[in-house]
Amino acid sequence: MDDIKNKVIEILADVTSTDEETVRSWDGQDLFQNGFLDSMGTVELLVQIQDELDINVPVSEFDRSQWNTLDKICDQIRKL
Amino acid sequence: MIDIVNSLPNLKAYGTPIYFIYLLLAITPLVISLYFGKRLVKYEVLVNIVFIYLMFDARNWPQLIALIAFLAWQTILVLIYFKYRQRANSSQIFYLWTFLLLLPIIIVKVTPAVSGQNSIIGFLGVSYLTFRAVGTLIEIRDGAIHEFNTGHFIRFMAFMPAITSGPIDRFRRFEKDYQKVPDRQEYLGMVAKAINYLFLGFLYKFVFSYFLGSRLLPQLEAKAMFYSPHFTWYLVGVMYVYGLYLFFDFAGYSLFAVAISYLMGVKTPMNFNKPFISKNIKEFWNRWHMTLSFWFRDYIFMRFVFTATRHKWIKNRNTLSSLAYLLNMFVMGCWHGLTWYYILYGLMHGLGLIINDWWLRLKKKHLKWLPHNKFTEFIAIVITFNFVMLSFLLFSGFLNRFWFGGKF
Repeated sequence: MDDIKNKVIEILADVTSTDEETVRSWDGQDLFQNGFLDSMGTVELLVQIQDELDINVPVSEFDRSQWNTLDKICDQIRKL
Repeated sequence: MIDIVNSLPNLKAYGTPIYFIYLLLAITPLVISLYFGKRLVKYEVLVNIVFIYLMFDARNWPQLIALIAFLAWQTILVLIYFKYRQRANSSQIFYLWTFLLLLPIIIVKVTPAVSGQNSIIGFLGVSYLTFRAVGTLIEIRDGAIHEFNTGHFIRFMAFMPAITSGPIDRFRRFEKDYQKVPDRQEYLGMVAKAINYLFLGFLYKFVFSYFLGSRLLPQLEAKAMFYSPHFTWYLVGVMYVYGLYLFFDFAGYSLFAVAISYLMGVKTPMNFNKPFISKNIKEFWNRWHMTLSFWFRDYIFMRFVFTATRHKWIKNRNTLSSLAYLLNMFVMGCWHGLTWYYILYGLMHGLGLIINDWWLRLKKKHLKWLPHNKFTEFIAIVITFNFVMLSFLLFSGFLNRFWFGGKF
């Protein structure tokens, strides 16, 4: 597993108040439909991506359908 | 001249069956050309103008002028901001521009609250157009919109199927749809959906909404008022019947708007997704008037939380989300109108969202033993449904008549 994915898992565990193992079990599932991530968690995710990876994600670029699984989040980060 | 104007039919959007006949006839050339992979752009502009014109009858011509002036105001502001944003990005300018875009709707909302009379610049659809313009402004500020074509923007703003009451589309999404013509397979799929939506819309609007709103509701209201301000079970009847009427009326209208958009080759987003099967209030707002609630989520809730987190205004995430919910729903309440019942309706939903989050946290931490099965889900749906119905009773304004004789 690559660095970005590990980092995303670490951030997601933090913003959803769970542990990394739980987040890993979400791999491939829709984070929003399953209620793992909500708007509040999303904003925290964007803020932490900015702080820890130094990548600026404007809220406008955040389209739920493009950010709804672990892998898609990683893809979006790589694109920016 | 006046006689000619007076003899024109007044076609309230999707109001009567005859409207559909005129509308479907008018868009038939568009449908045929889309089937052959082409957009008739000029003809579409003409259809848009004619049908928007017919929404206003001769006595309402000041409204038509208000609409045109408003569109010009919004378009010029957004255009100037786009030009400005290419070279600078000051927060003050952005907030000033947001205020200028909101100015017409502020006047429209404040005038009746202050003078008791409707504002002269009010017209059908003013708030929905404001949402579209402000959303576009925010995305320009974020640097998400790289091209701005004035004609395209007006086309987006004044897209006839959705001009009066939404759904609230987004400029970038609308443009992406418009830039390409769906291939034949895709378009036929859209037509099939449109026909389905149209008939479902007829059932909702002309059967259920008519029966509930025009037949049942007046009787129940009269009976409840007879005993006002004392509680009777008629009031409970008013609550459920009004709530269901509101859904069928608005969902029916939205289905028409989406269906006509699909026929015109634009995938306007859906507004409702079975709201009454929601298991909690958060899920409800993901299913009820979705384009409005997503607008508030993306442009108010998320941005407020983002800014507050950035500037470390509030450390505790639960406090911050609670505050954001209240703000979000309070603004939504004010947007409906500056009356005590709309504002209370907003705050009630804000509070509902806070309690919902608190309960979810409690369950996760301390109530792991609580079972989760079909029965508990059913209980959750019943609770959510009744909370929502109670909030709609407030929203209806009936309580204002029931308790205060409509004084406030």
